Amino acid sequence: MPLLKLVNVSKVYQMDGVSVTALDRDDFEVESGEFVAIMGPSGSGKSTLMHLAGCLDTPSSGKIIFNNRNVSNLNETELANIRSREIGFVFQSFNLIPRMTAVDNVSLPLIYVGMKMKIRKEKALAALERVGLKDRINHFPNQLSGGEQQRVAIARALVNNPRVIMADEPTGNLDTKSGQEIMAIFTSLNQKGITIVMVTHEGEIAAFAKRIVRVRDGKIISDSPTT
Amino acid sequence: MIELSETIKIAFSALKANKTRSFLTMLGIVIGVSSVILLLSIGTGLKNYITKQLSELGSNTVFVMPGNIGLGSDGGNTGSTPGAGAALPKFTERHLSKLKSKAKTIKYIMPYIESNASLKYQSKTHITQLSGVGSEYPEIRNQNVIEGSFFTPSQERSSKRVVILGTKAAEELFGNQDPIGKKITISDQRYTVIGVLEEKGGFAGVSYDDLAFAPWTTVMDLNELEYIQSFWIVSESAETVSETKQEIEDILLEDFEKEDFSVLDTKSLLDTISSILSVLTAALGGIAAISLLVGGIGIMNIMLVSVTERTREIGLRKAVGAPPRAILIQFIAEAVIFSVCGGLIGIIIGVLGSLAINYFIQTTIAPWAIILSFGVSSLVGIIFGVAPAAKAARLDPITALRYE
Repeated sequence: MPLLKLVNVSKVYQMDGVSVTALDRDDFEVESGEFVAIMGPSGSGKSTLMHLAGCLDTPSSGKIIFNNRNVSNLNETELANIRSREIGFVFQSFNLIPRMTAVDNVSLPLIYVGMKMKIRKEKALAALERVGLKDRINHFPNQLSGGEQQRVAIARALVNNPRVIMADEPTGNLDTKSGQEIMAIFTSLNQKGITIVMVTHEGEIAAFAKRIVRVRDGKIISDSPTT
Repeated sequence: MIELSETIKIAFSALKANKTRSFLTMLGIVIGVSSVILLLSIGTGLKNYITKQLSELGSNTVFVMPGNIGLGSDGGNTGSTPGAGAALPKFTERHLSKLKSKAKTIKYIMPYIESNASLKYQSKTHITQLSGVGSEYPEIRNQNVIEGSFFTPSQERSSKRVVILGTKAAEELFGNQDPIGKKITISDQRYTVIGVLEEKGGFAGVSYDDLAFAPWTTVMDLNELEYIQSFWIVSESAETVSETKQEIEDILLEDFEKEDFSVLDTKSLLDTISSILSVLTAALGGIAAISLLVGGIGIMNIMLVSVTERTREIGLRKAVGAPPRAILIQFIAEAVIFSVCGGLIGIIIGVLGSLAINYFIQTTIAPWAIILSFGVSSLVGIIFGVAPAAKAARLDPITALRYE
């Protein structure tokens, strides 16, 4: 049984009265422990695919099975509940809260599972240690470099021990060197068994994954392992 | 479910991020709450003071005044004010003796005549109110003579030129000297000071001790008055007040029309004055409460700005697992903290302000005013916080995350 399974999934947006088909009857599976890169030009539907896979959104039609559970028709609160316990997110622009320190940013997801502050802090420190930021825990985002900020964001994605990390263009706002560092972290996390689904349009970055899925005009056009 | 203490902590950290803005937003509520408390304290203080003054007269005091004042239970609206053009009843000594002999429940009755006089002692001149009263005045007013004595009924009958002074008037004229037996001049006539009344205090700069009293007969002569202005009457007891009023009315109706005079007792006076003051206090409080509303709108405005500014933060919180409810509660908590902190500061300022004003006019800090204004301000925070919070809770996480 795959960790994640999308069956004949479509997503249609209404924009100013015009229907835009972002995804058109696609099938997509992710096994536990995989490192998948979703590639495609902008507007191809690759982000939509990741949002659906990450339980941030529900499909217009089709079925999504996440960890043996049909999540296609869940409401916002139920989806939030799954995200808070089973999925970690990393975004292109880091999305750290500027007035909070690194450790507070990392422990943020744990607030929503009702964890006590002391335990949250312990877990956040452990997660920061995993991304090599043990000495930056009380820094504010504006005191950190881009690469460090993204590492904080990865720590935040790790803190709830998710089944899968969804990364949306994680190196998009970084210089090449920092990008390579981030990818090294992802690779090592994957080697320790964490499933990663990553959206990118850079072939060089996608090359870190074990499998590449290409999307164009809302359709998955290829799905193959990297060599 | 997130703990409440957690929610409050998150809300505080958000408010601390924008200190000036948070302070200014709170200021609206601070001003609202403190002005409600201040105005209600002044209103309540005024009411208490007047009530105290009137109740010192005793509940069995009855006043007969010219004109139809028509207060309280006596029915009717406030009609013509005394002396407002209409023919006033011509009370004379005949009516005094008629009331004295016919009304069975009267304990004391005295004419009361108000006038202003310029009192001269040696080189000093002091202008004050000279009241023409009867020898029963100390009993009726519940005010003792602390030096010398009040005038006697025979001095009253023979229009003796004697005066009794309030402590303040005595001090103005005589300083540290003993006023008893001193001669003073009023309108070129020589008067003897025979007594000083005990101190009564004052209100809003008006002293009740800066007064002079003389027999009403003397004051009428002095001012060349033909008719008695009003009567102060004390009924046998509180229970006989209505009977006394009826008797007086019946007797006076023999000579006058019903609308020519008014018979009032302390209770009806008190009722009317306190109802007027209650309305006034409520109106002032209401005006102040409008500023609370304005403060609430300020909170709502800033919360809407805050939701827009923090769209990405909201998107992120949702992405990492915050349900809409958690976002809703967080933003309502921020609005409530504005109003509750503003309310608390407002209470402190309002109470301190009331205590400061108390040096000039009597204020009474009513606990209900504090509870009411605090309750209203907290409610304002919740009400005006709901709309921005609901807006935040409804945001789509994907759109919010991409918001620039």
